[in-house]
Amino acid sequence: MKPRRMKRPVRGNSVIIAALALVLAGVMGEFTAFAADQAVDANGQLEDQGLQTRFELITHELRCLVCQNESIADSNADLAVDLRQQVREMLVGGKSNDAIFDFMTDRYGEFVRFNPPLERKTLLIWGAPFVMLLLGGVIVYRVARQRGRMPLDDEPATRP
Amino acid sequence: MWKFLLPFAAFVALVVLFAFGLNPSRDIHALPSPLIGKPAPTFALTDVLDPSRAVSNASLNGQVYVLNVWATWCVPCREEHEALLSISRQHVVPLIGLNWKDQRERAKQWLEQLGNPYQAVAFDGDGRTAIEWGVYGAPETYLVDRQGRVIYKFISPMTQQVWDREFLPRIAAARGGGA
Repeated sequence: MKPRRMKRPVRGNSVIIAALALVLAGVMGEFTAFAADQAVDANGQLEDQGLQTRFELITHELRCLVCQNESIADSNADLAVDLRQQVREMLVGGKSNDAIFDFMTDRYGEFVRFNPPLERKTLLIWGAPFVMLLLGGVIVYRVARQRGRMPLDDEPATRP
Repeated sequence: MWKFLLPFAAFVALVVLFAFGLNPSRDIHALPSPLIGKPAPTFALTDVLDPSRAVSNASLNGQVYVLNVWATWCVPCREEHEALLSISRQHVVPLIGLNWKDQRERAKQWLEQLGNPYQAVAFDGDGRTAIEWGVYGAPETYLVDRQGRVIYKFISPMTQQVWDREFLPRIAAARGGGA
């Protein structure tokens, strides 16, 4: 006698898969915030706490172009040290965050920003995750629906 | 129909993606310069060899010239030096050096020992000028046209082949055919 196959609660399954996907997405997001170490700065902290907060925000937002996957806040590359100094001076000189970001993108291009502004040419970058999520959802839904139509035990399928 | 077409389309898309992404001749660290087509940042620095002598690119206005960023700590710069010397001997355009975050004495020694391909070498000890030009590595070589606009940036050691292929046609075009 053949062992009977387990009955598949199809609806419940797809819910579990969707939940797992969401959890996974959340975990992946956490990883990007993982490597938040501060490189040692010879100049120490800025005296003004507000400026120091902005300094940290900005330097974490700017890519170190030598190492490319580190921010200039995390990197000890020579260029990163120079760029931190540049940011520091611009802050003390009363420049706004946007002015500093513009200064950097004017010289190094959009790639210098980890968080590119949402505009027409960056639409693909910003939209892609949602498109992927939607695509994955559609696939999961279709697979789940197909399985729902499959026979629950070992009887041969009636589909051609 | 869709069952076959869709995986096939996905396959073709992957081939295109890999052909671009895994192309060994593509330098993944080379970034497009936002400076292309924009006015070249002006600098007023001193000469590496003679601190009392000023070097500025403002005096080059109206000329097509090349700015080469180098340093003695930069190994690929040593590699391209021979090519720069040979290009310099061909006297096509003024070749200006930007000595980036270096020490004067070392730079002097380098030029004395290996030969000096530059008309002038600006000393950018604190790297400020390099930031203005968007330099993120060495060597980098910029081409500036008569109107003082950056028209080309080459990231990697210069070779005679690169010079002939990338620079000479652009120089000719920038001069509008006449020499």
